[in-house]
Amino acid sequence: MALKTKNSTRIGVTILGWGIALWLFFPIFWMFLTSFKSEVQAISTPPKLFFMPTLSSYAEVFERASYWHFTFNTVIVSVGATASAIALAVPAAYSMAFMPSKRTRGTLLWMLSTRMLPPVGVLVPIYLLARNTHLLDTCTGLAIVDMLTNLPIIVWMLYTFFREVPAPILEAGRMDGATRWQEMTMVLLPLALPGIASTALLSLILCWNEAFWSLNLTSSHAAPLTAFIASFSSPEGLFFGKLSAASTLAVAPILVFGWISQKQLVRGLTFGAVK
Amino acid sequence: MATVELKNLRKTYLTEEIIKGISLSIEDREFVVFVGPSGCGKSTLLRMIAGLEDITSGDLLIDGQRMNDVEPGKRGLAMVFQSYALYPHMDVYKNMEFGLKLAGMPEAERREKIEHVAHTLQLEPYLHHKPGQLSGGQRQRVAIGRAIVRNPKVFLFDEPLSNLDAALRGQMRVELSALHRKLGATTIYVTHDQVEAMTMADKIVVLQKGVVEQIGSPLELYHHPRNLFVARFIGSPPMNFFPAIFQGGDSAGSSVQLRDGSTLYVPVTSPGILPGTKVTVGIRPEHVELAPSGPNSGTVEVIERLGAITLVHVRMSDGEIIVVQTDGAVLTDVDTHVSLTLPPQNCHLFAPDGLAFEACRRHPLAA
Ligand SMILES: Nc1ncnc2c1ncn2[C@@H]1O[C@H](COP(=O)(O)OP(=O)(O)OP(=O)(O)O)[C@@H](O)[C@H]1O
Ligand SMILES: [Mg+2]
Repeated sequence: MALKTKNSTRIGVTILGWGIALWLFFPIFWMFLTSFKSEVQAISTPPKLFFMPTLSSYAEVFERASYWHFTFNTVIVSVGATASAIALAVPAAYSMAFMPSKRTRGTLLWMLSTRMLPPVGVLVPIYLLARNTHLLDTCTGLAIVDMLTNLPIIVWMLYTFFREVPAPILEAGRMDGATRWQEMTMVLLPLALPGIASTALLSLILCWNEAFWSLNLTSSHAAPLTAFIASFSSPEGLFFGKLSAASTLAVAPILVFGWISQKQLVRGLTFGAVK
Repeated sequence: MATVELKNLRKTYLTEEIIKGISLSIEDREFVVFVGPSGCGKSTLLRMIAGLEDITSGDLLIDGQRMNDVEPGKRGLAMVFQSYALYPHMDVYKNMEFGLKLAGMPEAERREKIEHVAHTLQLEPYLHHKPGQLSGGQRQRVAIGRAIVRNPKVFLFDEPLSNLDAALRGQMRVELSALHRKLGATTIYVTHDQVEAMTMADKIVVLQKGVVEQIGSPLELYHHPRNLFVARFIGSPPMNFFPAIFQGGDSAGSSVQLRDGSTLYVPVTSPGILPGTKVTVGIRPEHVELAPSGPNSGTVEVIERLGAITLVHVRMSDGEIIVVQTDGAVLTDVDTHVSLTLPPQNCHLFAPDGLAFEACRRHPLAA
């Protein structure tokens, strides 16, 4: 009896899970399909599921804009922002996890609360700061802003991963004569590597998809893929075929990268039994 | 060659004082055990010596040098943690090598040392296993090996055997004692376990609430506890206590009247105690004897037969319970009426403030 209820809830949960996954995936799937339609097919009603695929949208997209230029900027900005954020967050999370004080919890909450502020609220000051430091429309400027906006989440995530590492292991390192730096790099980091990797992956995805600051702080020189998509959405009305092709091109690299590294991550997580 | 000296060490967390002025000197090659109830500050004191906790005030001297502000790795100590705290991402060899490498020891010398220690601890087959692939006992050995290989002046142990099962604990206890005899290094060992404390220690330090209750050899604590706390804490099953009225004393002993009216003449001195003072009598279960009849009678309430010995719980006529440890083959049964003999030379007297009366003669094994 109990077994039966358990089984039926499991089936229910599975169906629900698949339902939600399909619901979330559908727009991406539709975008992918649309990118292979002609402009007429793209806006036909009722929408067509079966059609003769064409690469004409892709051809036009490549002709009109320099995809590789935008991709290059996105990669530079995302990797740069992620690497510098991790480099800053590791010591911060280390001290919070292993040398907590009365104010540690408050500091963490306050850091997270800055994420709740609507970015548009600080648009003018950030814009002026970027302009006065000559960082407008530069990869450096955008990377700095991306790094700062993600830093709270990254510190928070690393903090939770570090808390999983038993303190006596680090203390053993200290007894063995390790300096704080050696303790962090030779004992803590190898143990927390899976956590750091998944944090970095999340940061990469957030930076890759970040649109608000890229559209406001860059114009041509440092414009990333989000600006590339946006450039297909306005001037002569909406062309869904080209817009979809551009969007597919923009999300494809990070999607593939995420897919591959996710498998690595799961492997990393199950391999390194910390305790 | 290493001595450790604590001079009025104190530790305060926020506003709470955890270690309240501990002074202690540890001789070269001595095996010192800290015991005390949970939360009394044993680990904190050990960690202060190790350098893992700051010292709020007082001085810590190792070999006569003040170590308060020296980094843990530079104090010449090695520590074995309760949870072993091996580096999970390194194999056994690398675990032992880590400290040597940081100290800049050449590769060949490292290898030689590690192989020697691995041989001593029978770890050779596991040198290239990760800690996750080892049993609890093997991990314990690795943790000890990692400490030994650094050739420290002082070994620190924080309840190293408490995660092992009873049989393995007994075996490791003997091994650790043998190892200590062989290496002859000064050792500070924290434990909950009476047997570990009694069998391994040259000197036991009994702590309670951050203060030292008594320092002495195991048998000194057993035969001459300084106060009620130590008397209750050392010995298993614990000492029996019952109230009595002090009647008077001379240089050879003190006499007290028990509740049933009988008197007891105990060979302890009682300077400054007024007749009529309420005192506490203490006697260990192994020193009480069963008698078929006589004073101090009661009814057997519980019998615990452990094979070699039997613990008889007797409800006395005044309502107190007294535990008697006797022969495993004793025939007494529950609900029978028995009398107890209390050999005066094995009785302890405690003043109202808990301090023990001084014995007239020290026990020969606890001189
Ligand atoms: N980081 C800390 N902050 C505040 N209080 C602490 C801290 N560490 C320990 N204490 C307190 O100090 C006291 C002594 O702790 P300690 O761990 O030294 O006890 P212990 O004698 O080793 O106990 P056990 O036998 O349970 O291991 C405890 O009351 C504990 O609550
Ligand atoms: Mg402890």
